[in-house]
Amino acid sequence: MSGYGIEDLVYILPIVFLLVWALVLVLVEAFTKRPDVTMLLAAFGLLAAVTLSVIQFGTEATAFKEMLTVDGYAVFVYMLVLASGLLSLGLAYDYNRRMGWARGEYYILMLFSIAGAMLMASAANLIVVFLALELLSIPLYVMAAFVPNDASSEEAGLKYFLLGAFAGGFVLYGVALIYGATGATNLMDVVAAALGTNSPVMLLTGAALILVGLGFKVALVPFHMWTPDVYQGAPTPVTAYMAVVAKAGGFAALFRVFIAAFPSVSADLTPVIATLVVLTLVVGNVAALAQKNIKRMLAYSSISHAGFLMMAFVTYGSALYADAVTSLLFYLLAFTVTSFGSWAVVIALEKAEGKGLDFEDYAGLGKKYPMLSAAMLVFLLSFAGVPPTLGFAGKFFLFRTVLEAGYAWLAIVGVIMSLVSAFYYLRVVRFMYFEQGDPEVRSEPVLNLVTAITVVGTIFLFLFSGPLLAWASEAVLALI
Amino acid sequence: MLLREAAATNYFNLVPWVVFFPVLGILINLLVGGRLREKMIGVIASLAVAASFAVAVLLALSLNDQHAGTIIAFMNLEWISIGDLHIDWAFRVDTLSVTMMLAVSGVGTLIHIYAIAYMHADVRHHQDPTRYRRFFVFFNLFIVMMMILVSADNYLMLFVGWEGVGLCSYLLIGFWYDKGKGGANHLDGISNALAGKKAFITNRIGDFGFLIATFLMFGAFGSLQFDTVFTKAPFASQGTILAITLFMLLGVAGKSAQLPLYVWLPDAMAGPTPVSALIHAATMVTAGVYLVARSHELYALSSQAQNIVALVGGLTALFAATIAVGQFDIKKLLAYSTISQLGFMVAAVGMGAIVAGIFHLVTHAFFKALLFLSAGSVIQGVEAGHHAMEHGSIKESKHKRGEHLNEGGEFDAQDMRNMGGLSRRMPVTFVVYLVGALALAGIFPLAGFWSKDEILAEALHLHPAVFVLLIIAAFFTAFYMTRQIWMIFFSKPRSRPAEYARENSLLLTLPLILLAVLSVFGGALNLPFWHTLTHWLDYTLAEGAKVGSFNYLVAGLSTVLALAAIALGIFLYGKRYQAQAKLPAAQRPVDPVQPYLRGAFTGIQHKWWIDEFYDWLILRRYVALSRFLSYRFEERFWHDWLHDNAIAGSFRQTAHFLAQPVDLGIIDGIANGLGTISQRFASWIRRAQNGFVRSYATWVLAGMVIILGYLILR
Amino acid sequence: MVPIEYYVALSAILFMIGTMGVLTRRNAIIIFMSIELMLNAANLLFVAFARMYEALSGQIFVFFVMTVAAAEVAVGLALIVAVFRTKHSINIDEASTLKG
Repeated sequence: MSGYGIEDLVYILPIVFLLVWALVLVLVEAFTKRPDVTMLLAAFGLLAAVTLSVIQFGTEATAFKEMLTVDGYAVFVYMLVLASGLLSLGLAYDYNRRMGWARGEYYILMLFSIAGAMLMASAANLIVVFLALELLSIPLYVMAAFVPNDASSEEAGLKYFLLGAFAGGFVLYGVALIYGATGATNLMDVVAAALGTNSPVMLLTGAALILVGLGFKVALVPFHMWTPDVYQGAPTPVTAYMAVVAKAGGFAALFRVFIAAFPSVSADLTPVIATLVVLTLVVGNVAALAQKNIKRMLAYSSISHAGFLMMAFVTYGSALYADAVTSLLFYLLAFTVTSFGSWAVVIALEKAEGKGLDFEDYAGLGKKYPMLSAAMLVFLLSFAGVPPTLGFAGKFFLFRTVLEAGYAWLAIVGVIMSLVSAFYYLRVVRFMYFEQGDPEVRSEPVLNLVTAITVVGTIFLFLFSGPLLAWASEAVLALI
Repeated sequence: MLLREAAATNYFNLVPWVVFFPVLGILINLLVGGRLREKMIGVIASLAVAASFAVAVLLALSLNDQHAGTIIAFMNLEWISIGDLHIDWAFRVDTLSVTMMLAVSGVGTLIHIYAIAYMHADVRHHQDPTRYRRFFVFFNLFIVMMMILVSADNYLMLFVGWEGVGLCSYLLIGFWYDKGKGGANHLDGISNALAGKKAFITNRIGDFGFLIATFLMFGAFGSLQFDTVFTKAPFASQGTILAITLFMLLGVAGKSAQLPLYVWLPDAMAGPTPVSALIHAATMVTAGVYLVARSHELYALSSQAQNIVALVGGLTALFAATIAVGQFDIKKLLAYSTISQLGFMVAAVGMGAIVAGIFHLVTHAFFKALLFLSAGSVIQGVEAGHHAMEHGSIKESKHKRGEHLNEGGEFDAQDMRNMGGLSRRMPVTFVVYLVGALALAGIFPLAGFWSKDEILAEALHLHPAVFVLLIIAAFFTAFYMTRQIWMIFFSKPRSRPAEYARENSLLLTLPLILLAVLSVFGGALNLPFWHTLTHWLDYTLAEGAKVGSFNYLVAGLSTVLALAAIALGIFLYGKRYQAQAKLPAAQRPVDPVQPYLRGAFTGIQHKWWIDEFYDWLILRRYVALSRFLSYRFEERFWHDWLHDNAIAGSFRQTAHFLAQPVDLGIIDGIANGLGTISQRFASWIRRAQNGFVRSYATWVLAGMVIILGYLILR
Repeated sequence: MVPIEYYVALSAILFMIGTMGVLTRRNAIIIFMSIELMLNAANLLFVAFARMYEALSGQIFVFFVMTVAAAEVAVGLALIVAVFRTKHSINIDEASTLKG
């Protein structure tokens, strides 16, 4: 019986490094108590992990007896979540100091959770999926409740924790059932055994339970109920982080697991998935119409974007799923950039004790802070899918794939819901430009940097859509 | 080594950036330009073009390894797809297009830098800082459009760029739309705008030809993509090819200012000098040459078409060169010279000597840009002198010596008769101007010598008649450039402002020096026996590029002619001109050559009355027709009867019906209904979102139970 | 030997009990214990199936799950304590200020 070699560690070096680095930072924080230092070191760690991931471009390998896979798909998600980590460091730095609870643990927890998200993208074993999910989530529970002695932050943390653990239970039970049906948890073995299994109901139930559990993580209706509450109560940088990274990790695992392990049940699951997509799109967008708090509005908007992302999943059983995953990765990228940008603007306007988060607080922004409101305008347009923004390219590719796969009705629902979404995005624009008001914004350098990067990214990555799409599609080739 | 390896991986994917960098420049200047300092705006615009140039260099490096080039589809977007017509938004990277990109962005960068300094004076003069930004936004937009034009992979995308540069040309000719007195119609303050309009309309005539050619191509070949068209072309009938190529020639004549559509280019000099240099000398006007070069496989199929194109080019070259001899405006003379040189290029590509044409295009871009920019430098120098004289430092009676005034009665800083002796006042400008003039005249070993001789050598064995036209034009070229140099720089100043002219700042002269260097060494691109450019373009042109042998006879003949012309020029404009200037006005000839040419000079001076002829032939007929249509047809019949009674009446009734029962009843009902439903739905969701963890968990469970129920019971 | 169906049935019952506990109880700690029960139901399945397939892997998974459960306990209890400090109550229904 051969053991694990050093090359196993080398294959997953970015993750290993990040985890080790986070452990080192625990010590550093314990002895220095300097949040700034920890933050800088965390940023350094993320950059180093980015470098290591870049080195892994083109790697095609499995590690730890095929429990983990490192391929283009995984590396794409690595880059995405590592970049998200850097952006959220930028969001958190000024905010945490302004709100007066800068603590180094915050950044360390984030590193752990990023490692979890990366692990989700690499997981080729259902148990690893579960472990990675927990590694992603547990730090997030703490981060959501990070504000000391703040009732709503604690409420958010508790809700997220209880419901998250509840959903985690579903995932685990699903894994156990699949283990029972096939005698395996490695994706490759599962798919081989699934063909000859004598208990298809158990397999189907297991797959459905995993779908529910991961659907909870990425906030699909009706498993989304935690999202608005937690997004509203959690500190805004955590919300921004959670909105992107939890989604990226969740979708990454969802796609790898279902494409690699459950092609045999695709015909059964496709109607279920399509229904979930429609529900998510309708509920997310319609509920967002009725919101007055910008964080809640963005929460519902992020639910609706989960619906759009999930649209790609409808085709997973068909021949076109490669295109679908490509457009999913691209949409994920578009959503990441746009979402961080919009949260950066929200953070810029936020005041202590949850003030400055209503639409009314945005009145007059256009006149007083033209740059900031122009940035917000760009993000909202990108969310709504208006060219020339990344969001448009994302929706464009996505709808095209869905159309080609023969789901014209779904594409139509998507387009209609995009139109509906324009209503609530434009409401913010109306407040910014056509209402009288006197908002107060403190200029904070790191935050401004994040806003600038994301606004530039939203527009100019659009111009790069071709190469980016090519990259994503190369990443997907690895998955097949 | 590293560079080599990097190049091997190829940068072709970057090609959209030759377009997007200038777009970026525009966006930045549009969005935040209002808050930037003036210099920053220019710097951003220049950097955008420089970045574009860098991309073009990378493309050239990649091409060096992968000669075949490639076609990059942008975002995999199908641009137009109607029936059989499929057009991708695709960029073509091959040696021909990259050569053009290098020339456009390279010269463009230098001219942008020059414009930073040049336009500064304009803004200061007019107290209108917004025009600075406007200028650079237009300028960048021009680069964008030009890049689209040269990087296009099909005729329709090329047409987008083609129209785009036309638009920019129009905008920039009329940049000083509130200036310009006199002119043909003697209207105050709108003659610049009229010049822009003239350029636009004349170009439209050419564009019409181009469009028809495009339609014909689609009809005959079912595609507008270059390769597809060229593969299918040999199977088309002679008549079709001839029609396509000749209609295309009309487009070429419009854009590249050939007979009979050249009339707009001299008027286009109303724009700021950097515009004249970039658009109306170095780049845009060569688009027609590029088009013929690009379509050479079509022209190769029809010797008649080739013949006509070559003749049009040759005639234009000679015709414009004669007019240039009689010009006094420093820029107008250069404009006619440009038309003449474009004639050389068109003749070359028409004969099938594509490489010679493109070679001359590139060298011409160097030295004509140089000449225009230096002319701008001269104008600013003289204007500075005029300014100093009028406002302050020099107190003397004005216009003592009877300077030449423009039609508006002001001192004309562009009139060469007001200059003279500037070589001492503006030494740098003088040297670079001399370099440009020698290059244009084709003196060994400057750039113009090599490229012009290649055209002449090719013409000698491809088309002897055109050779004769061209070599006479070359003689005139050397003559009028000598005349210009002597009138501007030698002998004594003929006006007070010229005495106080001032050399310009380094920012302005630096691009001039660089361009002068290029004008000297530009010939190295395609020296005889090496034929670098020929081999380079050969990858794209296939059999279109032939290595021509260097013809000592032609080179010797043209050099001798040029030297003779220069000698003649010095004889006429040296001492004699000086002496004539002292004569009283009545006895003084208009120009030293006038006594020799007599009536012919009058013809030259009036540009052979072509403008007047067009005015009589086309404009008057057109106006008469419009009058008839507007008074008789439109007002009496169309408006009074048909419109008011027949149409408006029934429209009112229909509108009434639609408004009352249909709109209020049905449409509003649906719209309001949708609003109400979504409102109710939203508030129901809000109530379900009650904040209780247990209820949320119930939803999760319910969802799961329904899914499992469906899966199992199905 | 006990047939596998019995184990599966027992595990399903445990899982449902745990789920119902989450849905019906108000005390955060009891809800949390119910979730642990769900995890343990899964553990039981793993062990049973491992025995059925005569494979070791399922049994090892249980250790992983227990570790995760321990980590969740650490975080969960800390959260509950923090909530108790602020609200002086761990009644989960009182944590419902965020809604709509």
